[in-house]
Amino acid sequence: MSFGPHLFLALLEGTVTAFVLALIALGLSLVFGVMRIVNIAHGEFFMLGAVLAWACSILVGGGALLGFAVALVVGPLIVGAMAVAADGLILRRINYQPESTIVATIGLLYIIQQLVLTLFGADARPVSPPIYFRVAFPWFGYSGYKLIVAGVSGLLLLGTWLAMSKTKLGLYMRATQQDQEMAQAFGVPVRRVYAKAFALGAMLAAVAGVLVVPIQQAHYLMGLDPLLLSFIVVIIGGLGSLKGTMVAAFVVGISDGVVSVFFSPTLAKIVATLLVAAVLVLRPGGLFGEEGS
Amino acid sequence: MTGRLTGKVLALHLGILAALFIAQFILPAYHHTNVARIMVLATYAVGYNILLGYTGLMSLGHAMFFAAGMYGAGLPIYYLQFGAVQGFCVGVLLSLVLATLFGLIALRTSGVSFLIVTMMFAQACYLALLYFNRITLGDQGFILSKTLEPVSLGSFQFAFTSPAVKYNVALLLFAGCFLLSAVLAGSPTGRVLIAVRENEERTGLLGYSTYKYKLLALIISGGISGGAGAAYALLFSYVGASFASILYSIYPILWTLLGGTGTTTGPMIGTGLMFYLVDIASGLTSSYLFVVGAVLVMLILWFPQGIMGAIRTRWLPWLP
Amino acid sequence: MAAVDSLLETTALCKRFGGLHAVKDVDLSLARGEIRAIIGPNGAGKTTLMNMISGRMSPTSGQVRFKGQDITGLKAWGRVFRGIVYTFQVTSIFKNLTCYENVALAAQRRLMGGITKRLVLSERRIADRVRAALLQVGLPAAGDQRADTLPYGHQRLLEVAMALALDPELLILDEPLQGLAQEEISTFCDLLRTISQEVTVLLIEHNVSVVLELAERITVMDNGEIIAEGSPAQIERHEEVQKAYLGK
Repeated sequence: MSFGPHLFLALLEGTVTAFVLALIALGLSLVFGVMRIVNIAHGEFFMLGAVLAWACSILVGGGALLGFAVALVVGPLIVGAMAVAADGLILRRINYQPESTIVATIGLLYIIQQLVLTLFGADARPVSPPIYFRVAFPWFGYSGYKLIVAGVSGLLLLGTWLAMSKTKLGLYMRATQQDQEMAQAFGVPVRRVYAKAFALGAMLAAVAGVLVVPIQQAHYLMGLDPLLLSFIVVIIGGLGSLKGTMVAAFVVGISDGVVSVFFSPTLAKIVATLLVAAVLVLRPGGLFGEEGS
Repeated sequence: MTGRLTGKVLALHLGILAALFIAQFILPAYHHTNVARIMVLATYAVGYNILLGYTGLMSLGHAMFFAAGMYGAGLPIYYLQFGAVQGFCVGVLLSLVLATLFGLIALRTSGVSFLIVTMMFAQACYLALLYFNRITLGDQGFILSKTLEPVSLGSFQFAFTSPAVKYNVALLLFAGCFLLSAVLAGSPTGRVLIAVRENEERTGLLGYSTYKYKLLALIISGGISGGAGAAYALLFSYVGASFASILYSIYPILWTLLGGTGTTTGPMIGTGLMFYLVDIASGLTSSYLFVVGAVLVMLILWFPQGIMGAIRTRWLPWLP
Repeated sequence: MAAVDSLLETTALCKRFGGLHAVKDVDLSLARGEIRAIIGPNGAGKTTLMNMISGRMSPTSGQVRFKGQDITGLKAWGRVFRGIVYTFQVTSIFKNLTCYENVALAAQRRLMGGITKRLVLSERRIADRVRAALLQVGLPAAGDQRADTLPYGHQRLLEVAMALALDPELLILDEPLQGLAQEEISTFCDLLRTISQEVTVLLIEHNVSVVLELAERITVMDNGEIIAEGSPAQIERHEEVQKAYLGK
């Protein structure tokens, strides 16, 4: 394949990655924006979505499409419930303090990851895509399912944006994000908003996991890479800025796709992580700024 | 006056070291190597504690210093037939340089930003070790025992394969860093570090350049961590990229939190306890890292002071 | 040589926060050994001015000179080292440390010089200075107590002890009397008078009656500008001052 089509393929791959990454990063960014905490276990919610999707494909008879549809609903709900539990049992008790939360979520990461290892095993398990067709480009065939993933992600992103701007909960979340004390003074039930925001963030990651699992396989360690990538996205895009997160997700996703195809995935990640460090250092006030110390 | 290096404090520290020295003659073989390993890892924890416990800066990337020490010692020994002492020095030097360069850049951030920069940098180092696999052999790792010559002092030969040598070199390393941390904690400089942890702005307005002090703490911390890494390579022979992974940045957090941040004796206790906890758990299940998660959550919820921290608050306020 | 030996001089000092012009073109001159009070309604810019003198904030424009040298670009910690010591409006002591440790941190600064010069310093020298400072503020026995167990008035005194241990030439106090009971106030004023025999004192205060008694010169600020400056008697009679305080 000559360069042009190769580039087109890379861009397609990058776009799909970008959409999925946008979902995951949105969850992380939402949680930071509203609750002012960094959830190191965020990638594990993604992994849980994928694993639950596999479980559904095994337990639900009636073909891949039905299993997948069930997973798409049940997966995020279960993960959302776990997130609410984690919030109530742990995060609330430590009062959402920044450093304690980080340690607690690291603990949560290992708890979730190792529980999945026990129940699910160390092997990577494939899941058949609900719909299988190939889109025939003049130079290569491309998986139609991947395009559907991009489409569905886009719809979900749109839906989240609508929810944030048009619903009462969205209003509460934006108010809490802007000024927590003011919001409380105006009667916003901040603690409940926190729980819901945490759940929403987790559910977004879980949905991404369900969508992605027919493309990648389900594996108990699959949460780490998306975690790092979404950190990169959220920092480059600017914390708490959902728009920034979206833009950055596309920049990072597409460039990661392109560099991975032409060079090596490892190199892409090295460059990305160093870039992030550079951004944080050069603009310490602008990104995490107010939450500094 | 908490923490001053009084006679009592010194006696406690020397007593602990003496107990460790004597223990080697009593311990059965399996625990003998374990304790040697624990002492090296405890040195890593001591180094980490200087930054977290005393200066109040949490890092999620200390594995890069540990690995710098490990590879700084390991690579010259493997490729250039360096001796053990030379290898160790290169390892420590490399980690000191890395800590300095990193500090100059990263200390412009603070709090959560600093934490994420450390994590990112360390991850980049880990990936680089894998990317340059042809040189670093990071993927599989390599062993030193074939190339590592024994150290000769006069007419004595100290082979690193001998358990007695492993134990006593580990003890020597730990003793040095342990005592250093005690001296630092009780010194005027240590006092400033604690002040930075307690109230950084006030410390600045007492006339201290907090940036310089944080940098100093980072360099010392990185150097000790690197020393531990180099020693680990020399004593346990295996050099692999897994020691640069995020798990090895999380371990020292766990060890120091469990033992008690901001105490000199805490890191050792935390490391020892967790080592055996993980050891026992790995015998029971392959998901043994579960205990890492569970202990972290329990510590944060119910026991943030850690063991020695709680002891210090309740019974022994003079503990440094 | 200037007619008055001025210790601190600000020239056209300005601070803007976006659209808000907090301090406008302030020329302030402090003579050695005087007790100067700055008074004015809330929002007049007094604390902002202090922040620029102590180095916590950098000015939008203008200059600060100390002992004849331009310190406008010097960071806060450097200014402390030169002799400008600032105590916070809300007590900012090290709550979890003992009073001894609090003052020792200040006392050792003078003895340490550069950061690397003294890693090991004789604790006895530090202890002597700590004892002297605590004695001077009237807290001779407080050494081993944790700072947060002190009553509020004593915490204020602890702050002054820390300031004294730094050997200041200019001591800036931001509302030191706030929250103090009446006898505590008079003890504090006596302390300030004793201190001012060797140290120049600059204070912001709202308690106007105390200020009129304590200060040697008073500067009145309103809306970011100095509207009056003079002896307590002059200020008491000043028309604009009366308007600013009574009219608002």
